[in-house]
Amino acid sequence: MLHLTSLIVAFPLFSGLLLIALGNKVREPLAGWIATLAVALSFVTTVLVFTGVLGQKDGAPSTQHVFDWINVGGFHANLSLTADPLSITMCLFVTGISALIHLYSIGYMHGETYFRKFFIYLNLFVASMLLLVLGSNLLVTFLGWEGVGVCSYWLVSYYFDKDAAASAGKKAFIYNRLADVGFLLGTFLLWSQLHTITYSEMDFGSLSGLTATMAVLAFLFAAAGKSAQIPLFNWLPDAMEGPTPVSALIHAATMVTAGVYLLCRLHGLVHLSSTGQWVICGVGVATAFVAATIATSQTDIKKGLAFSTVSQIGYMVLAVGTGDYVAAMFLMVAHAFFKALLFLGSGSVIHALNGEQEMNRMGGLRKVLPWTYGTFLIGWLAIIGVPPFAGFWAKGSVLDAVFGKSPWLWALGLLTALLTAYYMSRLFYLTFTGQARFTEDGPNGEPGVAHPHESPWTMRLPLVILAVCSAFGGLLGLPFVHSFGLGKFLDPVFGTDLVTPTSSTTQQFVLSIADALVAIAGLSIAWVLWKGRSERPELTPKFLQQVWYWDNLYDNVLGKPGTKLAEYAAIGDALVLDGAVDGTAHAVRGLSSKLRAIHNGQVRSYSVGIVVGMVALLLYFLVVVA
Amino acid sequence: MHTFPYLSLLVLVPLIGAAIVGAIAKPAQAVAQKLGLGVAVLELGLGVALLVAFKRTGDFQFTSVHPWASSLGISWNLGVDGISLFLVAMTLLVVPIVLLGAQVKEHGAAFAAWVLVLEGAAVASFLSLDLMLFFIAFELTLVPSYFLIIRFGYERRNYAAVKFFVMTFLGSAFLLVGILVLAFKHQSQTGVLTFSLEALRHTNLSGGMGVWLSLAFLAAFAVKAPLFPLHTWSPTTYREAPTGGSMVLSAVLAKLGTYGILRFNLTLFPHASKVLAPLVLTLATIGILYGAIVASAQSDMKRLVAYSSLAQVGFIVLGTFTFTTVGLTGAVTMMVNHGIITAAFFMLIGWIAERRGGWDTGLLRGLQKPAPVLAGVFTLVMLASIGLPGLNGFVGEFLVLLGTFATHRWWGVTATFGVVVAAIYWLWNYQQVFHGKADAENAETPDLTRNERLIIAPLLVLIVFLGVFPKFMLDRIEPAVAKEVAAVVATESTSPSGTTLHSIAPSATRGGVQ
Repeated sequence: MLHLTSLIVAFPLFSGLLLIALGNKVREPLAGWIATLAVALSFVTTVLVFTGVLGQKDGAPSTQHVFDWINVGGFHANLSLTADPLSITMCLFVTGISALIHLYSIGYMHGETYFRKFFIYLNLFVASMLLLVLGSNLLVTFLGWEGVGVCSYWLVSYYFDKDAAASAGKKAFIYNRLADVGFLLGTFLLWSQLHTITYSEMDFGSLSGLTATMAVLAFLFAAAGKSAQIPLFNWLPDAMEGPTPVSALIHAATMVTAGVYLLCRLHGLVHLSSTGQWVICGVGVATAFVAATIATSQTDIKKGLAFSTVSQIGYMVLAVGTGDYVAAMFLMVAHAFFKALLFLGSGSVIHALNGEQEMNRMGGLRKVLPWTYGTFLIGWLAIIGVPPFAGFWAKGSVLDAVFGKSPWLWALGLLTALLTAYYMSRLFYLTFTGQARFTEDGPNGEPGVAHPHESPWTMRLPLVILAVCSAFGGLLGLPFVHSFGLGKFLDPVFGTDLVTPTSSTTQQFVLSIADALVAIAGLSIAWVLWKGRSERPELTPKFLQQVWYWDNLYDNVLGKPGTKLAEYAAIGDALVLDGAVDGTAHAVRGLSSKLRAIHNGQVRSYSVGIVVGMVALLLYFLVVVA
Repeated sequence: MHTFPYLSLLVLVPLIGAAIVGAIAKPAQAVAQKLGLGVAVLELGLGVALLVAFKRTGDFQFTSVHPWASSLGISWNLGVDGISLFLVAMTLLVVPIVLLGAQVKEHGAAFAAWVLVLEGAAVASFLSLDLMLFFIAFELTLVPSYFLIIRFGYERRNYAAVKFFVMTFLGSAFLLVGILVLAFKHQSQTGVLTFSLEALRHTNLSGGMGVWLSLAFLAAFAVKAPLFPLHTWSPTTYREAPTGGSMVLSAVLAKLGTYGILRFNLTLFPHASKVLAPLVLTLATIGILYGAIVASAQSDMKRLVAYSSLAQVGFIVLGTFTFTTVGLTGAVTMMVNHGIITAAFFMLIGWIAERRGGWDTGLLRGLQKPAPVLAGVFTLVMLASIGLPGLNGFVGEFLVLLGTFATHRWWGVTATFGVVVAAIYWLWNYQQVFHGKADAENAETPDLTRNERLIIAPLLVLIVFLGVFPKFMLDRIEPAVAKEVAAVVATESTSPSGTTLHSIAPSATRGGVQ
C-alpha cells in the first residue's frame, strides 16, 4: 500500500487544477462536490497507506521518488515523499478534517460569487499541506510550507473588495515570509554543515553545540511565523477575515500546526540543543499564557477562538521543548478535532445570524440551533479539559511532560488551563445561553434576525463527526496504556530523542485531578461572572482587547519607521544618486556650450559621432600603444 | 549535422531581417510589420533547434570561427555553452512576444526593425568569443535601444534616452580601453594580436594590473546590469520606454551586464575577481536591500519593476561572486528567469496602461473584479518574482543564497532578508491595484482578450515549468559553470605573488562547496 503515497497529494492537486481548467463551466454545487470527493479519496488513500506503515517493521520510513527537482553541485533536493508514522499521522487528520470541511463549505459557501475559486484554493491548500507533511527533505517541506502560505493569503483575502480582508491576507503572508528567513537560514546552515537536507540522511550528531542551537533557533523562528507564536502571532486574529471554514481548516486544525510538525520532524536537531529546548519552552508557555489572557476579552466569537488556537499551539510548542514529541502530536490531533468543531460551530452560528460575529448580539441560541449547540457543547468540554473528553487526556499528557521539565513551567501551564476554561466557558455562555440578543437591531443598524435557521445537513454532518472525535479522541493516548495508541505508533520515529514523563503513577494521578479541577473551576468562575450578562467592561480591559498593544508596538517600531525609510530612500535615490549623475551632465553641458553646434539634436549625427569616436579610439591604440 | 551554422544564422537572420523590414517600411508598412514578426518567429525556431541539438557538456559548441579583420586581430568567433544557451533562448522568446503584444500604434515596421536589430546585437553579444566582436555587438545594442526610447517612448523620452545612452556609453569606454590594454599586453607577451577569449585568458597579469582591468570591465557591466549605485538610468529609462522597449531592455539588455561579468570578468581575471569579491558582494547586497526598500515607496508600477530588478540583479551578481557551482548555476538560472518574469510584468503593465491610461497605483483600484484573468496572471508573475518555490523565480534565488551562505555567510544572511521586502512591496502594490472596491472607471476595465491570453501564455507556462522542472536548465548550465568555477578556483595556487590585496580575499571554498 505504501506505493500509493504520492496519490495522497495527487488527488487534491489534480482536482484543483481540473477546477481551474474547467473554468466557469462548473458552477455551484458541482465544483464543491468534485473538490470534496478528491479530498475524500485522499483520505481513503491515506488510510490504505496507514495500513502499509503499520506493517513496516519498526515503523521504517518508506520513500517514494516522484521526480528530480533541484540537483546542482552537490546539492540534492528531489521531489520525494516519505510515509512514516509521523507523516501519516499528520496525513490522517489533515485529509480527514479537510474532507469534512470541504463538505461543510458546500453548504456554508452557498450563493457566493466565487464559489468555484474557493474550492480551487481549498484543494490547492490541502495538496500543499500534504506536500509539507510528506516531503522527504527540507526543500519539499518548504515547497508545501510556502504553498499553504499562498493559499492562506488567497483565502483570507477571499472577500478582496473589503479592505480589512485584503490587508489581513497581506499581513498573514508577510509575517510568514519573515518567518521564512528562519527556514531558509536553517536550511542553509544545515546544508553547509551536513551537505544534505534529506531527513533520513542528516546526521545531527556531527554538529557543534553552537551550530545546533543556531539551527534550532532559526527553525523555531520559522515555526513561530507559521504557527502564530510570539513574536509573530498577531497575524492570526486578523486572518479571521477569511470565510469561517477557512479559519477552521487552515487557521485552527492544519496549517498553523505546521511549525510544531517541523520541530517534531527535526527532533534529532532539537534534542541536541538544551538552550534551544529552553527557548522553545519559553516561547510556548509565553504564547499560551499571553494569548489566553487576550482571549478572555474578545467580543468577536471568531477572534476569541483564534486566540484560543494561538494559546493551544503554545502548549504544543511547550511540549516540543520538553522533548515529549508524542504529547505535542497528541494535543495537535485532539486540538484539530475540537477546534475545527468549534470553528465550524461558530460558522453555523454566523451563518444562522446572517454574518453576525459579535457575541453581544448572540445568546440564547441553545434552542434555536440544537445541532450546533449540542456539538459545540462537546467541543467546549473537550477544549477546557473536562474528563473524559479528548482535551483532558491530551492537555494532561502535555502538562505531565512539562512538570517533569520544570514545576514552574507547569504552574504557568496550569494557570493557562484555568484561563482557557474561563474564556471558553464565557464564549459558550455568551453564545448559547441567556437572553436572545440577536432579534433586535444592532447598535450600528444591523438588522435583527427573527428566526435563525439550523444549518443544512452538509454542515451538520461534519459537526457530528467532529463531535464524536472530540469526545473519544482521548483513546489515542490513554495514560498507562502502552499496547496501542499514538505513543506506540510514533515511538520508532523519535526513538531515544523522546523524553517521556518520569513522574510516578501517583504523581500522574494527582496531576490529572489537578487538571480536571482547574477545568471545573474555570467553568464555574465564568458561570458566576457571566451568568445572564453580555457585557462587563471591567473584565475585558482595553489592554487585553488591544492584544497587549502588540500591533501598535510593531507599527510604531517597525511599520512607520520602515515606511519613512522607504520614502526617504526613494527621495534620496532621486536627489542624491540620480542628482549626482544629472549634475555631472549639467556641468559637462556648461563646459561644452561652445560646442553647441554639434548638439544639433539630430540623432543621426550622434550615432555617426559614436562610430567615429570608436574608430578613432581604436586607431589611437593601434598606432600609439602598439 | 553539427556543421549547420546555427550561431552565425542566429546573429545574421534578425540583422538582415531588420534591414529588409526597414527598407520596405515606407512603401509597405503592414507587410513589413508582418515580415518582422515572421523573422522573429523564424529566429525562435532556430533557437529551439539549437536547444534540441545542444549537448550537455561544459564546452563551447557549434563554434564558428572565421577570420574577419585579421590584421586587427579581430575574428568572427562564436560559440555557445550552458551559460549563454538559455540567455539566447530567452531573448529569442521575448522578441516575438514583444512584437505581438506590445506593438506601437504608428510606425510599427520601424519599431519591428529596431527590435530585430536589438535582438541580433544581443544574441551576438551572448555568443561572441572574441572580445572585440563582443564589444561591437555590445555597443550596437545601444543604437536600437536609443531609437526605441526616443521614437516610441513616453513624455520624458528625450531625457531618458540621452541619460541611458550617456551612462552606458561612459561605462563602455572603460571596457574598450580594458579590452585594448589586455590585448596589447597579450601581444607583448606572445607576439600575437588577438581578441580571442580563449587566448587572452592565458595572459600573464600582475595582481594590480588584473584588478584595474577587471574594474574597467566591471564599469561597463555594472552600469548595464545595473549594479548599485550605477542604476540611476534604469527607473527613468524603463518608465519612459514603450512597453516593448522596457521588456527588451530589462529582460535582455540588462543581462548583457550580468552575463559580461560572469563570462569575461571571471574568465579573464579570476584572481582579481577574488580580490574584488568583498567589494562586489557588498554592493550586490546593498542593491538587494536598497532596491527592495526603494521599490516599496513607488506608486509608479514601471519604476517599481525597475527597482525590483535592481534587487534581483543584486542576487545574480551575489551568486556570481561566490565562485561556487551552486551559486553560479543559481546566477545563470536567475538571469533567464528574471528575464521571463520582468518581460511578463512590463507586458501586463502595458496592457493595464492601454485600458486605464496609466500605470500609477493612484489611478488603479479593485481591478480583480472586472478583470479576474488579468489579476490571476499578475498574481502568478508576482509570486514568481517574490520567489515562491514551485515557480521559476525561486530556483535561482535559492541556489544563489545557498552558495553565498556557504562561502560568505554574513552576506548571505543579510541578502536573505531581501526576500521579505520583495513580498512587502509586491503584495502592497497588488492590494492597491487589484483589491478593494473599484470606482466607476476602474469597474469598467475589460479583462484580457483571447489574443492577449495567448500572447502571454508562453511566459506563464515557462514560469511554472521552469519552477517545477528546473532540471531541464540546471543540467545544461551546470557543466559549463563547473568548468568556470574550476578555473577560478585553480588560480588560487598559481596566483601571481606580491599582491597585498590577496589577504582580504575570502576563502572561496569553505564548507566543501564545489
